[in-house]
Amino acid sequence: MSASGSIGGTARREPHAPESTIGRKADYLHAESTLRSWFLTTDHKRIALLYLASITGFFVIGALAAGVVRLALIVPNGAIMTNDTYNKAFTIHGVVMVWFFLIPSIPATFGNFLIPLMIGAKDLAFPKLNLTSWYVFMTGALFTLVSVVLGGVDTGWTFYAPLSTAFSNTWVLPALIGVTIVGFSSILTGLNFVVTIHTMRAPGMTWFKLPIFVWTHYATSLIFLLATPVITTALILLIAERAFHIGVFDPAYGGDPVLFQHLFWFYSHPAVYIMVLPGMGVISEIVPAFAQKKLFGYRFVAYASIGLASVTFFVWGHHMFVNGQSDLASLVFSALSFAVAVPSAVKVYNWTATIHKGSLRLDTPMLYAMGYIGLFVLGGLTGLYLATLAINQHIHATYFVVAHFHYIMVGGTVLAFLGGLHFWWPKFTGRMYSEPWGRVSALLIFLGFNVTFFPQFILGYLGMPRRYATYPAEFQLLNVLSSAGATILAAGYIFPMLYLVYSLWFGRKAPANPWNAKGLEWETASPPPTHNFLTPPEVPRIPYDYPIQAQESRDQHG
Amino acid sequence: MTPSHEALQLWPAAVSATASETDLLILAFTVLTLLLTVPVFVAITYFAVRYREGSEANRQPSGIRSNLIEISWMLIPFLLTLIFFVWGAKLFVQSKNPPPDAMVVEAIGRQWMWKFQHPTGQSEINNLHLPIGQPIRLHIISQDVIHALYLPAVRLQVAALPDRYTDLWFKADKVGTYHLYCSEYCGTDHSVMGGEVTFMNPGDYQDWLTHAGAQQGKVAAGRALYEAYGCAGCHEPGSAVKAPSLAGLYGSPVKLADGRTVTADDGWLRDKILNPNGDRLAEGYKQVMPSFAGRIPADELGTLIDFLKSYSSPAAGKAADATPAGATR
Repeated sequence: MSASGSIGGTARREPHAPESTIGRKADYLHAESTLRSWFLTTDHKRIALLYLASITGFFVIGALAAGVVRLALIVPNGAIMTNDTYNKAFTIHGVVMVWFFLIPSIPATFGNFLIPLMIGAKDLAFPKLNLTSWYVFMTGALFTLVSVVLGGVDTGWTFYAPLSTAFSNTWVLPALIGVTIVGFSSILTGLNFVVTIHTMRAPGMTWFKLPIFVWTHYATSLIFLLATPVITTALILLIAERAFHIGVFDPAYGGDPVLFQHLFWFYSHPAVYIMVLPGMGVISEIVPAFAQKKLFGYRFVAYASIGLASVTFFVWGHHMFVNGQSDLASLVFSALSFAVAVPSAVKVYNWTATIHKGSLRLDTPMLYAMGYIGLFVLGGLTGLYLATLAINQHIHATYFVVAHFHYIMVGGTVLAFLGGLHFWWPKFTGRMYSEPWGRVSALLIFLGFNVTFFPQFILGYLGMPRRYATYPAEFQLLNVLSSAGATILAAGYIFPMLYLVYSLWFGRKAPANPWNAKGLEWETASPPPTHNFLTPPEVPRIPYDYPIQAQESRDQHG
Repeated sequence: MTPSHEALQLWPAAVSATASETDLLILAFTVLTLLLTVPVFVAITYFAVRYREGSEANRQPSGIRSNLIEISWMLIPFLLTLIFFVWGAKLFVQSKNPPPDAMVVEAIGRQWMWKFQHPTGQSEINNLHLPIGQPIRLHIISQDVIHALYLPAVRLQVAALPDRYTDLWFKADKVGTYHLYCSEYCGTDHSVMGGEVTFMNPGDYQDWLTHAGAQQGKVAAGRALYEAYGCAGCHEPGSAVKAPSLAGLYGSPVKLADGRTVTADDGWLRDKILNPNGDRLAEGYKQVMPSFAGRIPADELGTLIDFLKSYSSPAAGKAADATPAGATR
């Protein structure tokens, strides 16, 4: 291992620990403390924390907007706010949650922080580009926030033309510009991850020794690179039509409005996997750690990540079965959508098999992971309802869709985010949080989430359309139930913000590996030194080298 | 003839064969969902208890070949769900091929109302009356943004596009009144863009065409326009904007801000709606009303003024025309 600098030629790593980083001051949090050292840092760990702080802010904004939506829907007749206010609230909720929380959530924070640690590198391949991507993200966010402050947008996060280009009298342009800019931040992050994973792996860290977290981030980065340019193009065309009346989508200028939907969903369906795949990576790390058992079917799970990232590019038309797409296209897209079930099933069943005959500790991260599996299964299967043509004709654009994608986005991505946040919190901060509070919050979120969103499956089946400021009186009971659930969910979200922040000053100091977990990130101190490893980490013989080994298939030895 | 407003109903009314088949498909899919999810939930819970840290469980590998397990849990659920792709596709293709003898009703969507025109020429706003036992084809287009016509009772919806026609066909076999919605978000009053579809016996439908459709329907149509163009939003009592009530206005004297007094007749109302500028402003009010010139076609303006003629109190016209819950605010 000592000859690391020459093996492979591409692995760049400090062969010896720099002397100045030995001791308490050595960790990346305490190395420097000026504002400049944070805002001009090129340390992937500090940039991850910049992202973490920003997306937490956006989560709060998005959650407040969701609160406004749930408040309005307590009464059927829209007595609490005007239709316009309601429409702006759900638009802000969607825009902020999708583009400023969910998409960057796990990749830009955990991915940024952990990929170099997991592959035994000292940073990402392009540290300055990494910082640039955060500034690009914040610039986009600024534009979108300006549109909110000026009076809001009412087009829905989907920005369908010609409503968004010719008919809406709200602040659509700044919002569109903001979302366009934020896409570049995704592209830069994706590029950085792909190059890093290809060129910066420690000697001996072969592809099939990479943690699944790295595999899923590799798959996510490919989507960032291949899909994001399409939405960027579509949004620029939208801006050109709204600002300069260049006819692309509006039939009044000779355009085709369905074209926008094709371009939009060509990105936005793969974007679902930008949100879901990193979460799967998190779960694939947590489950083996808390079962103290090797991940079942490692290769299958790794291939399934690439499989999902590939299949996802061929199913966008299932958002448009009733939107004026040709019937033949609908049939083909429906059939292809069922193929998504295969890699998704691989993931779920392998996690379950990992728990089988493990040695389980039900600590906070594991509670989130188990909640994730349950909610992801329901979210995924209800997606197949929507992919079934005849069922789609009834429940398209109803609350069934709202429930389905919240099971994927909140039940999936947000639970994985929170699970990962608790799992790696000791690594990020060097502090332990309060375990009892962690468990209580995890259970509150699981309960609150289900009370909020399960009734919406029924509402959708009963035929309540989504994005309705007012609704028929017979739907009130289920709506009130949903709003009540949202208050439980809100409590579940507030607790971690309090006890995690509290732990920064008063939490117990964390050991290097509090969970007895495997993976190179646990080989270094908590928090890690600026250059990640004081001594070159030793890459284990197999990934997930836990005490309990599952029956291994022949091809699992790499 | 109003939709049932039960507090909680778990099975929406199905009025066509397609609707019942869709329900069966959903039910069968739900059974499959339970078959695929319950074992996972039970297994996770059982394992969490059985294999908790420190428990005396057998943790020896079971010796089953994992490749075999992997292949089976990849393929079995996939093949099972494919049955539903075929079933759903079959129903979908049926619903996309209307029989040639279907009665064609024109449907026009615009912000924020639906206008329907019957083959015999009668038209209605937001509400739709149709005969049962006969295939109906709605021929749909939009005048502005994308809308979508959604009839939960037949389990069907389709977009109303601004640049080409779309179709929705069904054959209802039960009389009754059900919701009619716009299901594609279309701006401010998206949620009130709709009304009711009433399925009637063919004889009653003919009656409706000759009587209600032509006569009574006129006031109801005017009331619908009064709401759809947003007049009600400001001029009804209790609205947030301070605007004079229009009840009983027709034919009465109006004192204007510039001191003149005019009579609210057809001509003055027409001018006021199309060009509500300063010299037509009523005394004590501010000029906030937008111009409707170019927004209301001439025939609808006539219908609207006819409604104002008959409008004596805010509740008038409501009883005759069952407005959807939440449509009047």
